[in-house]
Amino acid sequence: MSQENETPTVEDIANAKKNTDTTIIQYLSFVLGKEEYGVDILRVQEIRSWEPVSRVPNVPAYEKGVVNLRGAIVPIIDLRERFSLSKVEYTPLTVVVVLQTGSGNHTRIMGVVVDSVSDVISIERTEIQGAPDFGTKVSNEFINGLVSVSERMVMLLDVDKLLILENTEQPEN
Amino acid sequence: MSIDMSQFHQVFFEECFEGLEAMESGLLSLDLGDIDSEVINTIFRAAHSIKGGSGTFGFTVVAGYTHIMETLLDEMRDGRRQVTKPAVDVLLGSVDCLRDMLTSIQNEEDINMESAAKHQEALEIELTGKAGSGHATESTPATTEDAAPEPEEEPEEEIAEEQGWKIAFCPYLNLLQTGNDPVRLFRQLSNLGELTTTVNIQDIPPFSELEPDECNISWELKLVTDATEAEVKDIFSFVEDDCALEFAPLAKPKKVKKVAKPKPVAVVDEVKAAPVAEAEPTTPAAPAPPAAKKPVVEADASKNAPKASSSIRVDTDKIDTLINMVGEVVITQSMLGLIGENFTMDKVGQLKRGLAQLERHTRDLQQSVMNIRMLPISFVFSRFPRLVHDISTQLSKKITLKLVGENTEVDKAVVELINDPLVHLIRNSLDHGIEMPADRIAAGKPEMGTIELKAYHRGGHIVIEIVDDGRGLDKNKLLAKAIEKGLVEETAILSEKQIFELIFMPGFSTAEKLTDISGRGVGMDVVRRNIQSLGGNIDIISELGKGTTIAIHLPLTLAILDGQSVAVGDETYIVPLVSIIESINITEKMLNKVAGKGETFKLRNEYLPIIRMREIFNVRSGAATKSNEGVIVVVEGQGALCGFLVDELLGQQQVVIKSLEANYRRVEGVSGATILGDGSVALILDVPGLVRLSVR
Repeated sequence: MSQENETPTVEDIANAKKNTDTTIIQYLSFVLGKEEYGVDILRVQEIRSWEPVSRVPNVPAYEKGVVNLRGAIVPIIDLRERFSLSKVEYTPLTVVVVLQTGSGNHTRIMGVVVDSVSDVISIERTEIQGAPDFGTKVSNEFINGLVSVSERMVMLLDVDKLLILENTEQPEN
Repeated sequence: MSIDMSQFHQVFFEECFEGLEAMESGLLSLDLGDIDSEVINTIFRAAHSIKGGSGTFGFTVVAGYTHIMETLLDEMRDGRRQVTKPAVDVLLGSVDCLRDMLTSIQNEEDINMESAAKHQEALEIELTGKAGSGHATESTPATTEDAAPEPEEEPEEEIAEEQGWKIAFCPYLNLLQTGNDPVRLFRQLSNLGELTTTVNIQDIPPFSELEPDECNISWELKLVTDATEAEVKDIFSFVEDDCALEFAPLAKPKKVKKVAKPKPVAVVDEVKAAPVAEAEPTTPAAPAPPAAKKPVVEADASKNAPKASSSIRVDTDKIDTLINMVGEVVITQSMLGLIGENFTMDKVGQLKRGLAQLERHTRDLQQSVMNIRMLPISFVFSRFPRLVHDISTQLSKKITLKLVGENTEVDKAVVELINDPLVHLIRNSLDHGIEMPADRIAAGKPEMGTIELKAYHRGGHIVIEIVDDGRGLDKNKLLAKAIEKGLVEETAILSEKQIFELIFMPGFSTAEKLTDISGRGVGMDVVRRNIQSLGGNIDIISELGKGTTIAIHLPLTLAILDGQSVAVGDETYIVPLVSIIESINITEKMLNKVAGKGETFKLRNEYLPIIRMREIFNVRSGAATKSNEGVIVVVEGQGALCGFLVDELLGQQQVVIKSLEANYRRVEGVSGATILGDGSVALILDVPGLVRLSVR
């Protein structure tokens, strides 16, 4: 952020708040295969390395299982599989981004498995383009918009929509 | 007015509901003819604190209403009024009405003024002895008692020559809104000497313009006392800003005449300028006739705010124990830290002792934390005397309710969830169990039927029993009915237990006629489902003509469970120990295929279905066991036995139940999750759910 580092007045703080609210949004970008995605950084609780999960029976394959996150049972979702990308072996570089979803009284935490996290990018709201209809691997329901950062295209994901799990889906049973 | 009163609302409501419960149980014991002045005092105190509290918080309707109750109770307390059954019934009705009012206020809904007015009318009729319901002073409930009883108490005229004070007391309209009560003042004054009050009601406006929370009356007080002016004024110190006061020595009474009550119009502006509780929902007190104007409830801005979070009252002793335990743990931890700092092998013994101590403390700590969630079951039981009283009157049966073991402690969640099933079971006992008095005498039983509600601990469980000495269940009738309804085959041979369990089938009712109390055939299945969802079960023992006992077994707490960990492939699952009957090693001979698909095994003389955990959970990891290797865990779910085939038994342990749904979702066949010693997550099996899953 390019704000002066003098003692901020109440107005400055209010303006800064306004700025983050309206114009500049920070995104955490991560990589899946050759594609780069971004999530609102305020939704990111922490980034962890991959560790084995406890499998949960009879759920979609992209729901890898649950882990113990300091006493809370947190589901882990493989984004590659969620987006029907090719599977890869988990490596030491594989990371789990723990995201918060929901608002008010009911927030949920979930981990998503990604290949690696790359950067924190600050984006002007006006730079974001609407998501075109891809008709391809990623159904466009999760995509909030596109943005180009130093010639790379980053797809901005809608965390809330991403983490809605189909409660009815019951494969192979 | 800058203090945000709403932060105290939760406490106020809790206290009120506690007070109402106290009143209710007191009234019920009065109803039974046990007229004890201490009981009346208790009821009175409860009513009084509700009145005081609601006045403070600006819930004027409640305050006004409670005031009438209080007056009635006050007269009973002083022995000026007989405790009669109708009076008690009216008071009981008012308790309900108050509870409704408070619930409405708590939920920020409109108060049902019609029922409030109805109860209030009943109260007033009771109070005034059915006469004079059109009397002028009756129209404003808040002022009725202020004015009426006092002059009656001191009817004789005083001669002006006595030493004392003549006080003209003209409250402004907002006196009542500030939470002041003239009667209290008068009572204090009468402590100083002999008080005569004359009330002036000529300023009461026409009924259509009447604001019930405004004080439209003034008094002339004659106090025969040798107290000084300062002493008398002292009593009025709280109200001096809200009224016009004039003191005159009794010897010169003429001065008093000059103090006329200011016209109400003159002070209206002042009232408007200083409203008492802007932030509070202000509701005018119910004027007696139900046809009065529509109640206005000005809810504050937080109307759409979520309801108050649930809270729990904890005995301070429990908290002290907890703090003690935490202290112990900290000490042990620092001791262990000291050992670890310069560790040498000769300290191993010390270390082991320290660890053992830590383990003990941790266990104690866990227990004390769990204890905080424990509430005595009387929280549930205390509602039933009223229920039994009401329903037995309605059914004209004579029934006493005995409560045993009300202090048995259970988890808060259990307390909250067990209420509805218990209400249902008690209603059933009242309606179907206990016979009419005449039938009872004919059967050679005492006229008075008894229902006993017992709670006790038995080995990690709490048992709640409902025992009645009624007519009992008729096995043949039950069976005939079940066959008639097509619930069982005509040729089926059922054990006694199985027949009794028929009443838990949906749509099963043997009652000849429906009442609004029970008999619709829905309910018992819901009761059983509720209890099972709490991890408990329900049993019936009954003897025709002697009575029925329904026993509910519940786990003590819903947060911790005794579990058996089992291995399926590389995965670990927890089977709740309560549902395990036994575990056996499988042998080839025991297995039987049914129709080439389903599998059964023979346990002694029974054939039980097998559920292969590996298949039902799609476990692919680990060395595939041969079809005839492994352990069968025999479990009971939904009243049926069945065997879970697992690879290995790992060990028994207490596990802390964690919700899967908090961050994830419901998974079929899994009731929750827990964290094992190594930090990994294990799923807890939902035995009834799995049985259902395997049937599909």
